[in-house]
Amino acid sequence: MNRVLPILVVLAAILALWYVAVVPMNAGWTIAQAERAGHELTFVDIVADTMNQDRPRLPAPHQVAAELKKTVLDTKVTSKRSLVFHGWITLQSTLWGFALGTTVGIGMAVSIVYSRTANMSLMPWAIISQTIPIVAIAPMIIVVLATLGVEGRTVPKAIISAYLCFFPVLVSMVKGLRSPGAMQIDLMKTYSANAGQTFWKLRLPASVPYLFTSLKVGIAAALVGTIVGELPTGAIQGLGARILIGDQFGNPLMIWSALIAAACLAGALVTIVTVLQSLALQRMGYAR
Amino acid sequence: MSQAAAIEAKNLDLTFETGDGSIQALQDVTLEIGKGEFVSFIGPSGCGKTTFLRVVAGLETPTGGEVRVNGTSPDEARRDRAYGYVFQEAGLYPWRTIAGNVRLPLEIMGYSKSEMADRVNRVLELVELSGFENKHPWQLSGGMQQRASIARALAFDADILLMDEPFGALDEIVRDHLNEQLLGLWDHTGKTIGFVTHSIPEAVYLSTRIVVMSPRPGRITDIIDNPLPRKRPLDIRDTPEFLEVAQRIRKGLRAGQSYGD
Repeated sequence: MNRVLPILVVLAAILALWYVAVVPMNAGWTIAQAERAGHELTFVDIVADTMNQDRPRLPAPHQVAAELKKTVLDTKVTSKRSLVFHGWITLQSTLWGFALGTTVGIGMAVSIVYSRTANMSLMPWAIISQTIPIVAIAPMIIVVLATLGVEGRTVPKAIISAYLCFFPVLVSMVKGLRSPGAMQIDLMKTYSANAGQTFWKLRLPASVPYLFTSLKVGIAAALVGTIVGELPTGAIQGLGARILIGDQFGNPLMIWSALIAAACLAGALVTIVTVLQSLALQRMGYAR
Repeated sequence: MSQAAAIEAKNLDLTFETGDGSIQALQDVTLEIGKGEFVSFIGPSGCGKTTFLRVVAGLETPTGGEVRVNGTSPDEARRDRAYGYVFQEAGLYPWRTIAGNVRLPLEIMGYSKSEMADRVNRVLELVELSGFENKHPWQLSGGMQQRASIARALAFDADILLMDEPFGALDEIVRDHLNEQLLGLWDHTGKTIGFVTHSIPEAVYLSTRIVVMSPRPGRITDIIDNPLPRKRPLDIRDTPEFLEVAQRIRKGLRAGQSYGD
């Protein structure tokens, strides 16, 4: 309860702010309509109308909730109108991207920790890679992959997702693999341990807490990467595609419900990683 | 050099090159430690006592002179599992149980499963930690953790135990207890022990010989044969013989500081 209460308070504050913002955002249209029809409007009329427009600039929370209910609960999950269907498309790419990004991140971290050359050559490029807007690279990745004969959207989206996700894993793993102190390394030397033994018995287990912290950031980044990957690529399926289509067809309810769905998905993914983290650390004996 | 010596150092020099010049950590250190001796190294920070131990372990390479461990080079001696090293911090792996930590060197050295289990049991009994096999390090006190790290160093039956201020971070009461235990362990295992310390009473209570060192450059200023008997109850520290040795160490330390500071 002590952990849930602050979250609920913040949520309530956001909802209150949202409702307040709905009035000025949508009032222009209400007033213009009334003027054209020659009606006089009281303040209460204006407020009531801004809450229930068909194509509001900013939909009210209860409108988004109704849209979510319609597209999540009342629609068959196999339908192209179902948010569950689109969420599943996005989730698949996210998980592939997460797996790929994590593998690349860990692999690069190991080579950076063990090779001076890799440290000097890879690390600057890894940092530069994160300064390039992903939206600029996404179309190129799709064109290149299409030329190579890769069909469908899943692979390019997963690569774009991995592009965002590998970096936090790389940075944390470099730190984690380097976390054993001089004394720990000396101790392994007194046993005449070889490089492999030092890696498997010391560096790798020592890096696990760092790894899990970065996985939480990484899975959220992978989801963002997938959604961004769905925007400029002409995709018609996935939460990102719903946002784009909602924008093109002037349907803010579609955008907002896709946004909320994406946020819920991110929350669920981070929660799963957090649970795995506490299970793993407990098993390893870190927990107190 | 004689065959019976566990550790022999002859005219050992070691100079570290640092950003602001070179530091002479060891200068002309000559010392012979016989098998079964308990030798303490005492002196202020920077006198080279830890460096000497690290040279013996092959963790530092001397810039001059010669060092032999069991008649071979430090690197060969390490491959022969001639010594176990105990650091100031216990340095147990938090992700391994106490038994798992003691098993670590045995895994690396490739012992069989049953042999590992035997040895772990035996050394944990030796340091009075039986029953704590499945605990994790954070569940143990600092003194118990250090005992586990001693068990880890003993697990592969090295003849020589190199201890670098192993009890430096512990409080006086725990330290007394561990000193007593260590002395008992040395008495019935017959190991050769090289022991670095800051504490004069600890050095006198434990050792058969005490090497007094002084800094800038790190060198030996005095080597004292301890006349105390092999069996030493804790209250031997109030006897005149004990105080006499302590006084001589103090004098040696003061003489080493006569120039410089």
